Amino acid sequence: MTTVSSASPGLPGTGRPDGNRLFGPLPDVSGDAGYEPDHPARVGFFTDTSVCIGCKACEVACKEWNTLPMDDANGTRDQMALSGMSYDNTGMLGANSWRHVAFVEQVRTVDLPMPAVGLPGRSPGTGDVHAHDRVMADDAPRAAQTSVLNAQSLSEFDPQTGQSGDREIRWLMSSDVCKHCTHAACLDVCPTGALFRTEFGTVVVQGDICNGCGYCVPACPYGVIDQRKDDGRVFKCTMCYDRLTDGLQPACATACPTQSIQFGDLDELHARADARLATLQGQGVQTARLYGRDENDGVGGDGAFFLLLDEPEVYGLPPDPVVTTRDLPSMWKHAAAGAAMVVGVVLTAFVGRRP
Amino acid sequence: MTSGVATPGGGWRRADPPSTGTRGDQRRTRKGGRRGRDGDPTVEDAEFSSYYGRPIVKPATWKNPEVPLYLFLGGAAGVSSVIGALGEFTGRPVLTRAAHHTAAGGALASVVLLIVDLGRPMRFLHMLRVFKPTSPLSVGSYILSPFSALTVATAGLHVLELVPAVRALPVARWIPGVRKGAAVGAAVFGGPMTTYTAVLLANTATPSWHEPYEELPFLFAGSALAAGGGVSMALSPPAESGPSRKVALAGAAIELAAAHRVEHGHGLVSEPYHLGRAGRLLRAAKACTIGGAGLTLLAGRSRTAGVLAGALLATGSMLTRFGVFDAGMASARDPKYTVVPQRERLAARQAEAAELAGGEARSVTR
Ligand code: SF4
Ligand code: SF4
Ligand code: SF4
Repeated sequence: MTTVSSASPGLPGTGRPDGNRLFGPLPDVSGDAGYEPDHPARVGFFTDTSVCIGCKACEVACKEWNTLPMDDANGTRDQMALSGMSYDNTGMLGANSWRHVAFVEQVRTVDLPMPAVGLPGRSPGTGDVHAHDRVMADDAPRAAQTSVLNAQSLSEFDPQTGQSGDREIRWLMSSDVCKHCTHAACLDVCPTGALFRTEFGTVVVQGDICNGCGYCVPACPYGVIDQRKDDGRVFKCTMCYDRLTDGLQPACATACPTQSIQFGDLDELHARADARLATLQGQGVQTARLYGRDENDGVGGDGAFFLLLDEPEVYGLPPDPVVTTRDLPSMWKHAAAGAAMVVGVVLTAFVGRRP
Repeated sequence: MTSGVATPGGGWRRADPPSTGTRGDQRRTRKGGRRGRDGDPTVEDAEFSSYYGRPIVKPATWKNPEVPLYLFLGGAAGVSSVIGALGEFTGRPVLTRAAHHTAAGGALASVVLLIVDLGRPMRFLHMLRVFKPTSPLSVGSYILSPFSALTVATAGLHVLELVPAVRALPVARWIPGVRKGAAVGAAVFGGPMTTYTAVLLANTATPSWHEPYEELPFLFAGSALAAGGGVSMALSPPAESGPSRKVALAGAAIELAAAHRVEHGHGLVSEPYHLGRAGRLLRAAKACTIGGAGLTLLAGRSRTAGVLAGALLATGSMLTRFGVFDAGMASARDPKYTVVPQRERLAARQAEAAELAGGEARSVTR
């Protein structure tokens, strides 16, 4: 009955030639989890926070499609309460909130000799030319992103930035979600095999297998997955596995009115995100950066990645997440040494003259 | 530290919170004076950004006191099983019996506590559905299951031997042999029993559990040796408990040394081991362990001293597990322990990259 889990990387003989499947880039996550080569391409989300308007349509769509119960900003079920910190009363990702729109309100003094975000010094046209140069090489993503992002109007009128007196105020909004990591700690540590890698390269919990051991909860470097206390099991975003298998897009991406949440094949999203970043930087938005895009990062890159306008921790994201199982081989070595030490200490205690 | 006026953040900072006194200052500065009395002086004040001071990683959902107790009992049982197996072959009947009963009791209690901690206890057998080397809980289940079966069998055979009706049976003469076999089998899993729980905690994103992953197995091993040695010393006469005393003393020394490394070797991430309840628990643990070790020196002559020493060592070991558990939970609840070390890691990597690339890389930020 017991099988060695196919979703368990790092087993000798099944791994890549270099033997390390716990860390680093992994070009074919589904294939690596044991799917036949004809599995579908890896899908994901590119969440472009620069066009997020904080409408929370994604949160609502997710709750409705997945019939998630109501909860407050601390994840307490069937509780309605205001967080008291901002327009964000969802608070965090958890067992009952699989999308979470973060609201960050920021100020700065206007007369700083700093590059402006909302009103770049040069004309938008110049910025566009620069951006164009950078993305000329590939026209398809370029076309895709212009249709999405109203780049020009954003540079002329940025609805997220306002001015009052000598102060400029801006709102950063970002719809957070499970990252569907290339190296998913939650999946690695699940002892029952309830968490598994789908043919789409996403990470999903099987509710009929999970026994609520809770190991995945502290293992996730992003603090995504959580336990539903009254139910005992854990829950998180499935990237709408049920919809994907029926050829539909995830509910949240479908509901997003600004295409801040873009769903698609991960390769294509990468190209689109790179083009969008080039455009923004060409327009003088120097703080724009991609998060979770780099497959050389601590989790091998995210299936759901982001374009952010400030440091990740400002949005509640870890600045340098690392999958905990990267260090697991070393942990096992130290545990084995510790166990050997225990036996050695007891053995020596019995050796020698009887007192 | 991040996105200040001097960095390419454009001078943005979080708007003032709507009212004072609410949780969630984005940039908080902690003064060193707020640390416990043996706070690590190497820890600098940390300035960092966060999302309204909310945690980034989730603290474990594991139940307290069930899980810390499970860590303690599993370790004590593991060491007891090894002591019991060696006692079998060195003519120490009382020590052997005491150790085997401790091992079986600890193992059974561990199993019960582990099941009680599950969100769906009825599904505990799902633990054995698959075997996953990447999951310390899966590996642990495959250590705990045979260990508890074998220790309970060993202890059961000890009890059976005392029943007159059984002794009259012709098979009775096979019992000691079978028992010795089971005892040796259990002892094979005894060592791993003491350290897999350290990997269980370390293999998480919880900062104060993950960072000391090299020392935690030794802390747990030392703590288990002190407890296992202490309990078997308390339960057997001085004439037989010589090895237990040596085990207890060595264990206490290892526990104290490893705890020192965990509590001082990891900069900011070591801080939760000094603060609040975790700090108090660990200071109490140290006092108990040192006291117990001191009394152990007298246990060769006095049974009372042995009993007291054993109780103190076991209490110290238990408090250590509760303290480590609490420190990790505290480190997960404060985003500081997630953000600041990761920022430092990033900065170090960038500095290294800049060095490699020479002057060219200086314009690259992140
Ligand atoms: S973000 Fe967390 S819950 Fe989502 S796949 Fe990664 S480790 Fe698992
Ligand atoms: S709580 Fe469920 S999904 Fe999470 S590790 Fe345990 S069995 Fe797996
Ligand atoms: S993909 Fe589906 S499950 Fe995940 S956040 Fe969007 S709507 Fe929710």
